[in-house]
Formats: sequence, structure tokens, C-alpha cells
Amino acid sequence: MSASTLVDQMKRGLDAPICLTWELTYACNLQCVHCLSSSGQRDEHELSTAEAKRVLDELRDLQVFYINIGGGEPMVRRDFFELLEYSVGNGIGVKFSTNGAFIDAEKARRLAAMDYLDIQISLDGVDAATNDAVRGVGSYDMARRAMDNLAAANFGPFKISVVVTRHNVSQLDQFKTLADSYGAQLRITRLRPSGRGADTWNELHPTNGQQREIYDWLMKHGENVLTGDSFFHLNAFGESLPGLNMCGAGRVVCLIDPVGDVYACPFVIHDEFKAGNVRDEGGFSRVWKQSDLFLSLREPQSAGACASCGSYDACQGGCMAAKFFTGIPLDGPDPECVGGDGEHALSIVMPGSAPKPAMDHSKPVTLTRKTIAIAR
Amino acid sequence: MACAASTEHPTAEPVVTVALDSSLELHPQVAVRPEPFGALAYHYGNRRLIFLKHPDVVRVVQQLAEHTDVAATLGACGITPDRHASFVAALASLQKSEIVRERIDAG
Repeated sequence: MSASTLVDQMKRGLDAPICLTWELTYACNLQCVHCLSSSGQRDEHELSTAEAKRVLDELRDLQVFYINIGGGEPMVRRDFFELLEYSVGNGIGVKFSTNGAFIDAEKARRLAAMDYLDIQISLDGVDAATNDAVRGVGSYDMARRAMDNLAAANFGPFKISVVVTRHNVSQLDQFKTLADSYGAQLRITRLRPSGRGADTWNELHPTNGQQREIYDWLMKHGENVLTGDSFFHLNAFGESLPGLNMCGAGRVVCLIDPVGDVYACPFVIHDEFKAGNVRDEGGFSRVWKQSDLFLSLREPQSAGACASCGSYDACQGGCMAAKFFTGIPLDGPDPECVGGDGEHALSIVMPGSAPKPAMDHSKPVTLTRKTIAIAR
Repeated sequence: MACAASTEHPTAEPVVTVALDSSLELHPQVAVRPEPFGALAYHYGNRRLIFLKHPDVVRVVQQLAEHTDVAATLGACGITPDRHASFVAALASLQKSEIVRERIDAG
């Protein structure tokens, strides 16, 4: 079976997800300006420990090999280690994303002692100025301390996870050098206009010229850098980047949010892409196997406005979430279409008509900033 | 958090040779999950996710440990001799990814 027919098979959906993201909480000590889930404050309806364990039981029965845990900041949950151990103990590996605030020397040793665990420390600049402009004052030092602690505890190759923005494209080589210095793996992913990212995407997303830089850099380094296959829209430049060239939303990918809602992917927290809730009868399995939304995503998708473009096979029309939250029709071009069609599509979006994210758990930011200013 | 995520495993690969008289088994750290196209195999140690793209390959992989060597496994699974070379190549590729391994009790 050729690679393309395998991708066709995967587009028709799998019996269980390959890449399941589970955001454990909306609570976060940071307020990153591009947070895809608009996190900040805990939601009172978040899954309890017992409910979370029931979901893990289901995932074990479905033979989900690993889960990607995120948030919010997942380590603020008091049962974080309990859930981690329960998951790994049931044969479900864990990769979790963290800002590193809670990885002190003792926690680093505890994490290093666990099997089947991967850690991604988020970092969006190789210096405090670049990083903290996006992730908040002190977050660079926080992340580096966590990396130092993991290295000192001999955790092994953790991951440094970078969201590529206009302000850090020029730092890709330096990110690689930093990762190499820790024996870590570099992971770079695409900025989406999701969550608070909807408000900052215009200023932060890479320019057209930078898209080409990212593509060239990945062609050169791609085999040694993780991307979550998130840059497939760049394949229209020419030769395909390593990885699966497809949108896996609802087909091989999905998101469970902190209150148990199941979305097609982590970047589309909106009612239109909500397939159900793990608390519903039949649980997660039923949502994955039978929800109308997921079944419809597994039907052949129309190339729409891109049907006549010679690059459609290469870029697949790009990212559904990027289109949706910028107000472009789902069968239109990606807003960062490298052929330039995104700019035109954006120019005809009626101002204010782009859908708003479904939930906002942001903290009242103004007050926090004032408090910090006074404290200093 | 990924779009498809099948490829997050850049690690070194061992050099291997597989022949019809090799004695192999599924690696104990590998889980195999049936899918419409065949199966997915996941290695918990090196985190590799491999697509077994044909039901025959899935059957062969799962029966390796029950037979003395690759030839006996292929015979038991009803794989005709004209397909043996391609199965040996597929098994070599799977051994490279450590989805299958040389049997410890071999010989």
C-alpha cells in the first residue's frame, strides 16, 4: 500500500485516536498572549480525579498508546502525579506540556524515575526579552530552571517546544543549539489564531518571507526536529516536509478539554467542532466512533476554492482552525497560503465576523499587571 | 498537540539483516492495535509508531514467536513463496524500528 493510500485510509478515520490531547485544567500561572485555550482560571466543572480515571480506563480499552497532556498548566492539578501514574500504569504513555514553573529539583527526580513519560517545556524565545513578550515576565527563567533541573536529574532527552512567531523565526538555529546543549529534542509548531491567539495572530504570525525561511529550515533540519506535522501548509513550496501531509482533526486527532468536552482538534475550541462530552452516555468511545461531527469529518472533504490550484495535493488546503478563526470559509485557502491566496481571502472577511472562541478562562489581566508593577 | 503526529521519533536505527531462517519475535515493548487498513504498532520504549499496512503482515508479525523461523511462520500464515522476499524485506524494516527483534532463545 502506498503512502498516499494510507493517508486516504487515515482520512476515513481510525478505530481510536493516535494523537489525543487532553487538557487537564484551564488554570494556569501564566497568561501567554497566544494561548490556544484562553487559559488562566480553573473551571468549576473540570473532571474530578475519579472521572479522569474512568476516561483513562476507556483509553486503555481502546488501546490508545499515549496521550498528550496539556492545559492550562497541568501540573497545578493536585492529582497530577496520581493521574500520570495511573495512565502509565495502564499502558498509556504520557507526553505532557508545561511551562516548567513546578519542576523543581525534587519533582524533576520524581519525573525522571518514571517510564513512558515525555516532557515538553514551552519556550518561545532564546532570550528573556523575546520569550517573555509572549509568555509573560519571568517565564523564560522559569523554563530554563526546569530544563536545568531535568538535566540535573538525568531525565534524558526532554523536548523544548516552540511556537514559531514573527519574532523568533530568526532564532531557529539558536533554539537548536540550546536543545543540543541539553541533549534535548527541539519541537517547533505552527501558531494558530485560536483562543487568545485570535487577538494576537495578526501581529505574531510569520510574514510571507518568513514562511519560506521556516520551510527551508525544516527541509534542512526536519529529520531531527519534531513538528507535530503542523507545517503541512508549507508543502506548497515544493518537496513535502517529513511527516503525514494531512489534517487529522476528528480522524486521528482529537482534544478532551478540562470539562470533558471532546473537540476535533486542540485548536478548535468552538461549539461547531464539539463532538460531545466524556460524561455523556457511552463516554469517549461513543463520541469518537459515532458522533455526527467526527463521522462527517471522515467523509471526503471538498477542495472548494482551492480545487483549481495545482498545489492542493501538496498543502491540502491547510489548517481548518487557522481558516475558521480568521473568518475564512473552511473550503477556502489557508490564511497563510504560500501562494498568496490567503491574503485575498482575509481581505474579504467582514471585520468582526470571524467566530469567537467558545470559552475564555483568562484572568483579569489588567489588575495582575498593576499588582506586579507595584510589587517591583 | 499535533496535526497527525506519526513521525515524532528521530532516533538512530540499528543495522540488521533478516533471512528466511531468522528466528524473530514481536518486541515485548510493542503493542499492536487492529485498524481497518491492518494495524498500528507502537513501541513504548523508542516511541515509534509504525503502520502495518496489510492484514497478512499483521498476522505474520503476531505469529513469529510461535514458529521456529521466518519461513515456517510465512508457511503457517499461508504466504505463497513468490511473496517471501517482500515479507523478508518488510520484517527487516520492522526489525530496524525494533518492532520485531531476534529471539533470545534462538538457536
